[in-house]
Amino acid sequence: MTTMTEKTKVEIIIDDVAHQVNAGGNLLQECLSLGLDLPYFCWHPCMGSVGACRQCAVKQYRNEDDRDGLLTMACMTPVQPGARISIADPQAVDFRAGVIESLMISHPHDCPVCEEGGECHLQDMTLMSGHNYRRYDKKKVTHRNQYLGPFINHEMNRCITCYRCVRFYSEYAGGVDLAAQAAHHHTYFGRHEEGALESEFSGNLVEVCPTGVFTDKVFSERYSRKWDLQTAPSICTGCGVGCNTAPGERYGELRRIVNRYHSELNGYFLCDRGRFGTGYVNHAERLQQPQDAEGKTLDAETAAARLREIAGKAIAIGSPRAGNEANHALRRLVGETNFHGGFSAAEQACMDEIAALARDPAFHNPSVREIEQADAVLVLGEDVTNTAPRIALALRQSVRNRAYELADSAKIPHWQDAAVREIAQRERSPLYLFVNGATRLDDVAEANIIDTPSGLAREAFALAHRIHADAPPVGGDGEGNAEQLARIAEQLSAAKRPLIVAGAGSGQVELIRAAGNIARALHKRRGNGGQKPVDLCLLTGEVNSMGLHLLTRPENSLAAALDKLANGEAENLIVLENDLYRRAPHARVDAALNAVKTTVALDLLPNRTTARADLVLPVAAFSEQQATYVNYEGRAQLAWQVHRNHSAARPAWQWTGEFAHFREALNDCAASAPAMARLAEVLPDTSHLPGGGKLPRQPERYSGRTAMKANLNVHEPKQAQDPDSALAFSMEGVPARRDATLLASPWAPQWNSNQSISKFQDEINGPLRQGHGGALLLKRGAGGAGFHPVAETDGTTGIELAPAWQIFGSEELSARSEAIRRRMTDAYVAISPELAAGHGLSHGAAVNVRGENASVTVLACVRGSMPAGVATLHASDRDIDFHGLGARVSLAPAAGDTPAAQALDRGLGELIVSDLAREG
Amino acid sequence: MFSLIRDTLLSQAVTLWRVFRKLFVKADTVQYPEERPYMFPRWRGRIILSRDPDGEERCVACNLCAVACPVDCIALQKTETEDGRWYPEFFRINFSRCIMCGFCEEACPTNAIQLTPDFEMAEYVRQDMVWEKEDLLIDGTGKYHDYNFYRVAGKQIAGKGKGEALNEAEPVDVRSLLP
Amino acid sequence: MFTFAVGSGLSIASILLAVIVLAAMLIWVERRLLSFWQERLGPNRVGWFGIMQVVADMIKIFTKEDWVPPFADRLSFVLAPAIIMVVVLMSFAVIPFTPEVGVIDSHIGVLFVLAMASLGAYSVMLGGLSSNNKYALLGSLRAAAQMVSYEVFMGISLLGVVVLAGSFNLREIVESQADGWYIVPQCIGFLIFLIAGVAESHRLPFDIPEAEQEICAGYHTEYSGMKFGMFFVGEYLGLVLISSLITVLFFGGWLGPSFLPPIVWFALKAGFFIAFFILMRAALPRPRYDQLMSYGWLFLLPLSLLNLLLTGVVVLSTL
Repeated sequence: MTTMTEKTKVEIIIDDVAHQVNAGGNLLQECLSLGLDLPYFCWHPCMGSVGACRQCAVKQYRNEDDRDGLLTMACMTPVQPGARISIADPQAVDFRAGVIESLMISHPHDCPVCEEGGECHLQDMTLMSGHNYRRYDKKKVTHRNQYLGPFINHEMNRCITCYRCVRFYSEYAGGVDLAAQAAHHHTYFGRHEEGALESEFSGNLVEVCPTGVFTDKVFSERYSRKWDLQTAPSICTGCGVGCNTAPGERYGELRRIVNRYHSELNGYFLCDRGRFGTGYVNHAERLQQPQDAEGKTLDAETAAARLREIAGKAIAIGSPRAGNEANHALRRLVGETNFHGGFSAAEQACMDEIAALARDPAFHNPSVREIEQADAVLVLGEDVTNTAPRIALALRQSVRNRAYELADSAKIPHWQDAAVREIAQRERSPLYLFVNGATRLDDVAEANIIDTPSGLAREAFALAHRIHADAPPVGGDGEGNAEQLARIAEQLSAAKRPLIVAGAGSGQVELIRAAGNIARALHKRRGNGGQKPVDLCLLTGEVNSMGLHLLTRPENSLAAALDKLANGEAENLIVLENDLYRRAPHARVDAALNAVKTTVALDLLPNRTTARADLVLPVAAFSEQQATYVNYEGRAQLAWQVHRNHSAARPAWQWTGEFAHFREALNDCAASAPAMARLAEVLPDTSHLPGGGKLPRQPERYSGRTAMKANLNVHEPKQAQDPDSALAFSMEGVPARRDATLLASPWAPQWNSNQSISKFQDEINGPLRQGHGGALLLKRGAGGAGFHPVAETDGTTGIELAPAWQIFGSEELSARSEAIRRRMTDAYVAISPELAAGHGLSHGAAVNVRGENASVTVLACVRGSMPAGVATLHASDRDIDFHGLGARVSLAPAAGDTPAAQALDRGLGELIVSDLAREG
Repeated sequence: MFSLIRDTLLSQAVTLWRVFRKLFVKADTVQYPEERPYMFPRWRGRIILSRDPDGEERCVACNLCAVACPVDCIALQKTETEDGRWYPEFFRINFSRCIMCGFCEEACPTNAIQLTPDFEMAEYVRQDMVWEKEDLLIDGTGKYHDYNFYRVAGKQIAGKGKGEALNEAEPVDVRSLLP
Repeated sequence: MFTFAVGSGLSIASILLAVIVLAAMLIWVERRLLSFWQERLGPNRVGWFGIMQVVADMIKIFTKEDWVPPFADRLSFVLAPAIIMVVVLMSFAVIPFTPEVGVIDSHIGVLFVLAMASLGAYSVMLGGLSSNNKYALLGSLRAAAQMVSYEVFMGISLLGVVVLAGSFNLREIVESQADGWYIVPQCIGFLIFLIAGVAESHRLPFDIPEAEQEICAGYHTEYSGMKFGMFFVGEYLGLVLISSLITVLFFGGWLGPSFLPPIVWFALKAGFFIAFFILMRAALPRPRYDQLMSYGWLFLLPLSLLNLLLTGVVVLSTL
């Protein structure tokens, strides 16, 4: 349901009580919006109604005198002014009890060994409908399960055939490998053969399935019931979107991530990196104690004192994956002039451009919800599915706006899912992708413009010129696809809400400038004065890329820092949560590290930088500390601490000793950086809590309090204190029953599953009643800048090198998680078949990539749709000097028996692309 | 006047007399430990974990006992065998907190956790009242001799495939179009 | 000096010792008797028939931490339990146990006992007030009202005996019963005195000042260790005192057939009433506070006045 229907309120009468509801909605949705309990299965707030399960039956009456009424499915019945319905009517109650009884006929007797137990929508609805005894004495239908990969468990016996899984997986998320099979009571939901589910959003099946057919396999390995998970509102650190998550902890381990509803951002869905990519928090190699260069353990006080000692003559390098407080505390420690951003040179350039465009009044940086509302989209160079997967899911919804338009013209309400799809057939809103090969969004894209990065930039500049003549034209052979560009220009100009997407992931600042030009051209075309800004979505790479950029002086790049260090301008170096070898040419990092006297690295897992450090300070993982992160929109959000770390690891801002409390660090950060001025707004208002009371992190039914640590000492320790937040490590306190901004794990009486979120929403799909935490930091300036001139081609030839992103493996920390590693490919370079043939390379063979200052050995990945002039390199978790290669590379087959080639043992089997040129 | 005396004095006197007569009644006290009382089989005493008739652990680590426990004195962690059978990796009862209410037994869906007539659980060291799975698990079925959860439940384990549990039909052939 | 005579050192020492030991023993006696009446066995493990339970209890209570709550008024908190011990023990000074055994032979024995009983109220009031605890305060308020009220007709009920004996001297009262115990002419006086005596020593069923179901432990909620022990022993001392007084006033004190020595007669009679008080505890429920007060003022007070009046009429008419 991407577009909201008009919000006129009408009065209907439910069980003799008058209620104000939205006109144009359906009865089920409106009943749930009102907080009434009406059981349902197949309806989903994001996927509309299909009327498959028959569970939401209500009685509808013609008028006041009608005593008989008609049974009707609430989810399929539009709201009509003055309608009279009854949920409590005995016949409706009886009908619903009968439906649930027949749905439960073949349900296996296995709730105790089901991961869904305790948060099962089917359990809730069974109880609500009053079915408690199996009268049917015939045999139960059984099914064989499938292996569905490392993320998802399959237990088909539990299925009640609501079709939500395939409706989400194929219709909503565009997956092709899960479908309904067989017929009647043999209906089976699975793959054509065993194998990992391909979709990047398969994890959502866990939450979409109302019962335990699809369960979280990673969670099941270290399982706890929902009521036993200590939970706090958190932010996903997998990419720059900043989806809201609810991590759950038990016995000191981070057990799982589930979605936390945010009406503007992630809504009800997460990507698989976010859901399964946090296993690194429990990694056996986590840094536990401060260590010196010899690996000798230091005590925390000595180590902290040493950090402060060397800070006077140090340069500090911040981290886009650390929170604002950590970066700011380090900035305070070494002084603003000595604090450098931790971006690679290419990303730094992109970030500078993104930050400039983000302040331009001509543009609007859309939220995920707003992206879904775009009716013409252009993606420039960014492989969104792999760099910001949740945005890709939203783009996939945006193409349905054409369907909603058609539905409107036929007076079909948007929630009539099957009808809307039927009327649209294959009509879609335009989505154009400027890419260097096939992507996972191709199936909904109108067309792909495939070229090398520099070629894409030229074409994008040309497109801008086509949209508005003020945009600078491209000379020479810029318009290879003139016809297509004309059509794109026309469709973007005609659209009511066009959207341009670009991002730092492409590593091509020209593409971002071109995106700016296109958006500005669209803006100019809209006419003069007071126009609506154009949606320009510029994606940032990591969870706090934007925050770090806002805290860093423009000239303080990583490259500048490495130069200063190599020239001996600073004695010491402090690296915050950053592996410099991922960000800069290895030779330059080595030169810098060799020149400094003392290197201090603060990180949570050992990496190449901590291996070179003279002092390593362990820091807390995202779930072990409170922090604020700024997402791609400039939205600052607070991630609460979920659990405690029992080693010496602590938040980086605590190591600096600059601040005693989180609040101080945050407020000082807000005060000292103008762009961060609104940061303090992310702190919740807890004035309504009586007597400084706290909210519990543990659910009311948290078990084992007096036994979980009894093996260590039968005398229970004092409750851990949390002076830095409004949450307590306890089940005591004021439960956030009515305030879901502070409640990670929604629960309402009779609603134990995640579906209980409807009890906290203003209305279905609306914001939470108390609003969402977070603040948009960026203020748009007064006057817009002009068009950017077209980049001159530098005339060099050779194969252009671009990064290839993978949802599983590109992000540094999630790539250390066990579950993600099972889906990771090895390092590879993707090339076109021509290029492969020209160099005598076959798919999967080891290839030597030679660049300016480095040469690396990776696997060759031959992809049919790629242009000849480009090679995209995916480093996976290998020690690959990507930045040392430079912009142009050459290829040569590598001998398979070299150590570098031998190390590549993971293969490319997990790679999911449509244009793979498999041989043999 | 008479009723006043009857209600105030006489009734009190009668009470006094009746209670006084108890002096010559044999006391109900059982002289434990010299005299051993008969313990009823359903007495709620020391908690054990039982095995199913096939000798496998009955506990499937569903956590229901732990959540039912009003003093939160049960802690366990689920783990799984290769073939899919759930069992507790550890199972701990802090008997120094246990109030022998029996809610855990009531909550147990597999008859694994049972209370026994043994009430003599005093220890000189409180730490000794923390019992782990090795201490709790017995080699028998306890009070319920026949129940085997996995014979009833649909979950597949070694030795019991899909469709072989109680009241289950053969697994569906997805490729078949027959009704 | 070492012969038994009223006021001799030996007499004083043995009375003091006997009374305190008896009070301590009563702890065990009461627990065992109560349990028999409740079809139990009671403490029977320590020593013969559990008699050493008293010693065990004493060891326990003596070795407990001597603790004064920080919020209490220290001086009066410490003073209160001492007062009850002292005033009850002082009362024993005028009790004539046998013709030879006694501390003093006072002409105002009855008045002395009443005066001491009045002072006992201070102990309870100070204890409750100094504890700085609402339950203790409520308990002491109840105690003050109860003791002040029941003192009135306790005194009046005795006057019948005094009128018959023509003396306040307890020794003379006993001697004047040689022809017949006063229980016969003064049966109403006896009943009133019995009831008032229970109320005065706030024993069950009149333990309203310390009703644990309502106000924790009333005035001694905050007390522990030996200070609590003194309240506890004080209560048993009061029990012995009231039983002794009943024996002296209404049942002829040491008088009895001469096959038993006078002290044994006295002990038997007093022991009977002690047992009777314990039986009352075992059998009777506690009245409500308002019931207690209205019963006292509206029923017992007129009845005791009537008794005095009748006694006066009879005595005057036979003069």
